Amino acid sequence: MNWIYEPWPWYIAGPLIALVMLLLLLVGKQFGMSSNLRTACAAVGAGKAADFFRFDWKAERWNLIVVLGAIIGGFIATNYMSDNTVEINPKVAQQLSNDYNITSAGESYMPPEIFATDTLTNPFIIAVLLIGGLLVGFGARYAGGCTSGHAISGLSNLQLPSLIAVIGFFIGGLVMIHLIYPLIF
Amino acid sequence: MRYITYLAIGIFFGIIMFKSEAASWFRIYEMFQFGSFHMYGIIGSALVLGIIGVQIIKRKKIKPLDGSEMSLKPKDKSVARYLIGGIIFGLGWALAGACPGPMYVLAGAGYVSILVVIFGAVAGTFLYGLVKGRLPH
Repeated sequence: MNWIYEPWPWYIAGPLIALVMLLLLLVGKQFGMSSNLRTACAAVGAGKAADFFRFDWKAERWNLIVVLGAIIGGFIATNYMSDNTVEINPKVAQQLSNDYNITSAGESYMPPEIFATDTLTNPFIIAVLLIGGLLVGFGARYAGGCTSGHAISGLSNLQLPSLIAVIGFFIGGLVMIHLIYPLIF
Repeated sequence: MRYITYLAIGIFFGIIMFKSEAASWFRIYEMFQFGSFHMYGIIGSALVLGIIGVQIIKRKKIKPLDGSEMSLKPKDKSVARYLIGGIIFGLGWALAGACPGPMYVLAGAGYVSILVVIFGAVAGTFLYGLVKGRLPH
């Protein structure tokens, strides 16, 4: 049973993600984890503010159910299937420690320096989380999909727009980590 | 019954995201530092099998179980929206260290702070809806 507790290697996880996408196709849906945000906006009445949210959101309720499942999956995995530590490349861990005083690599799943609940008293951390979320939500809808919708679903369907979007994801990510992190952290 | 299927697929997805560490901030940071093959291996192997699966579906003209159409419509042609939108998304992905799927997984795993990120993502989606007409697409 050790394999349940050990981190799953990429060659297990990747094929299982492809399976999730194919299962959703077989039940008539498309794998994408950000369109539920639009559904959620519509469900709470955002249609009054913008046409973008005026659609039959009840027909898209399925993606909110998938979200509920993902939440439950996270709960099950953290409580029953994991020791909640993540080992990364020691050089990257060392760099995190030297440059940003983030010393928790190998000891936790998320760095408590950013994600411990009591750091929410720090306005800088709140800004990082809030702005990060804003960019993700805005960018995902502008690009018409996120990592799952473009990098997995779209590229699997050989869509050039998805390739452009994924290149954009990496340009943005690399700029943030290599140019902006050193300025703000 | 349908909803139970969606729920089961969601739970399966959540467990995979957490157990593969794709939901971990550390793995996202390490990926953008090119420190490990792990994340690239996950995306790459999912993609290879995804492409094969989609090709089989198309060539054998497989229909969804309820007989409806496969959700494999081509995406609208454009560069601006995908590139600009993609860059904005990538900035947020690296800043928060989480993309939409893992956000929900982390909420379930009990990380209260991720709720701030999710709130931001909903607000960002709403903001996009407000200004959509004024953006190049």
